[in-house]
Amino acid sequence: MEKLLDVENLWVKFPSRQGVFDAVRGVSFSLGRERLGIVGESGSGKSMTGRAILRLIRSPGIVEADHIKLDGVNLLAKTEKEMRAVRGQRISMVMQDPKFSLNPVTTIGDQIIEAYRLHNKASKADAYAKSIEMLEAVSIRDPERVMRAYPHEMSGGMGQRIMIAMMLIPNPEILIADEPTSALDVSVQRQVLDIMDKLVKERGMGLIFISHDLNLVADFCDRVLIMYAGRIVEVCEADKLHEAKHPYTRGLLNSLPRLDAPRDRLEVLQRDPAWSTAPSVSGQI
Amino acid sequence: MALAEDNKERHPRVPLPQWLKTTLLTLGSISVTLLGLLFVTFIIGRVMPIDPVLAIVGERASQETYDAVYLQLGLDKPLLVQFLYYLWDVLHLDFGTSLLNARPVSEDIARVFPATMELATLGIIFGVVLGVPLGVLAAVNKGSWIDQFARVLALVGYSMPIFWMGLMGLLVFYGILGWVGGPGRVGIFYMDVVPPVTGMILIDAALDRNWEVFKDAFSHIILPASLLGYYSLAYISRMTRSFMLEQLSAEYITTARVKGMSEWNVVWKHAFKNIRVQLITVIALSYAGLLEGSVLTEIIFSWPGIGSYITTALLSADMNAVLGGTVVVGLIFILLNIFSDLLYKVFDPRAK
Repeated sequence: MEKLLDVENLWVKFPSRQGVFDAVRGVSFSLGRERLGIVGESGSGKSMTGRAILRLIRSPGIVEADHIKLDGVNLLAKTEKEMRAVRGQRISMVMQDPKFSLNPVTTIGDQIIEAYRLHNKASKADAYAKSIEMLEAVSIRDPERVMRAYPHEMSGGMGQRIMIAMMLIPNPEILIADEPTSALDVSVQRQVLDIMDKLVKERGMGLIFISHDLNLVADFCDRVLIMYAGRIVEVCEADKLHEAKHPYTRGLLNSLPRLDAPRDRLEVLQRDPAWSTAPSVSGQI
Repeated sequence: MALAEDNKERHPRVPLPQWLKTTLLTLGSISVTLLGLLFVTFIIGRVMPIDPVLAIVGERASQETYDAVYLQLGLDKPLLVQFLYYLWDVLHLDFGTSLLNARPVSEDIARVFPATMELATLGIIFGVVLGVPLGVLAAVNKGSWIDQFARVLALVGYSMPIFWMGLMGLLVFYGILGWVGGPGRVGIFYMDVVPPVTGMILIDAALDRNWEVFKDAFSHIILPASLLGYYSLAYISRMTRSFMLEQLSAEYITTARVKGMSEWNVVWKHAFKNIRVQLITVIALSYAGLLEGSVLTEIIFSWPGIGSYITTALLSADMNAVLGGTVVVGLIFILLNIFSDLLYKVFDPRAK
């Protein structure tokens, strides 16, 4: 498969008074035109990995890697200004909770138009038409009214679909979805995922889907990276997740209740300290 | 019962338009607050251990004179009736006569308040124009030398007594360097040259197109105004910094960066837009504080403002003047609060 993104030996470090804390420790993986899931518990470094790709780790955090290549060009060698042409236009990101990820005092229309006009020389009228079109693509009814509305007037599911529309409007090649459905009601999660999936497929994009929900990822993605303590402990095809070998993945799978195989007691995950020091598994294609 | 229902049907209630409703509610809340303020000031005036009659007639007056004035002031009536009289007078902008100079208090206030207003307005302009950008810069460059510089500047502003700064300012910029005018509002040659329209000399001189007076008045006001401005800058810049830090760590800021926006636009178009509401409250309160009159500054710069007016009145037991001044200051506070509430609704769509 053609590599859209290639990450080699990525480290994210936070210097503190107690010494340097490594949030991500030597992670390598690549992404083709596929849906790549990154699963892990809180603090496993999955979100940091997503943000490091966009070089959005703020000082004092440090990002180090042998390379982060987008179509063969190393992003780490780019200046901040060159990076701005990558963000949004080539790699975009949808975040967890639309309540916080949309600007509360700016209309939704202005925010979407802004995302488009940052990368496309278009008149306001063209950008407006394009935005309406995009809102329709994410199944928003009455897009003209939504364009005039403020984020607090939207429900969570609508907010997240607006977020997807806004992030896809400049037509990026890669979308990083960081827990895009965790803040939503269960009833709308599926709908939002389906819309995202459809758009990503239509445009032939690569998707990095970050989640703590093992079942969701197994269901939705093509390939899964399992992260633990800043490292990748296992890589497998999503449909073969139940054959996973690493004790951490097995432990996670066994700690989930299943309707088809009910049990009296769920297993408690037993952590082995050796996991956090073992070398990272490569997630290269 | 049936009749009442019938009546209702025949005269259907026309709902008031929203703006009228809001205006009426606002006016209602102003008058209730004002009534409370008047009541409190009135009671304070009456329970003060000062005999208003004695203050007028003097200690050596005969009993007849004393009694006559006592009746004339209405002090034999019940307190509530006295309050209603007072209320009636105040509604007609009559705060009584100053015991000190026998002039109506309202005339005195009309003279001293513009002086304070001129000073306070210029001061708050300095404070906002310099303080807000400084606070934003400090927040954006948290921990850098700019942040440290802003911190020290604010700390000095908080902790240095204003009378000392005032005296030093006069010594250096007036006494030694001669860059600015000395105490007072204008030089002695320019006094009462321009016709008083607003009572604010800068504006009056501009209206009269008398630029010589304008220049002189400006050279007098610049030092006390920058001093007051410095103190509000200290406060405003610190508040701006903390508001900005809160917004800059918000998730929508990350969204703006993900879109590929430049840092300048992230800060001003997204983060700053979200602190306007909080900032307005802080600025309005600072301005209200300055409008009360800064007694020390006014005394050091011989500025005939409302702060020194009330203080002088208080020291000489001139209760009418004190009450009048207090009511005006209270009114300013109420109006500024209402004003900032209104701006709230303009700037924050969630407040509608």
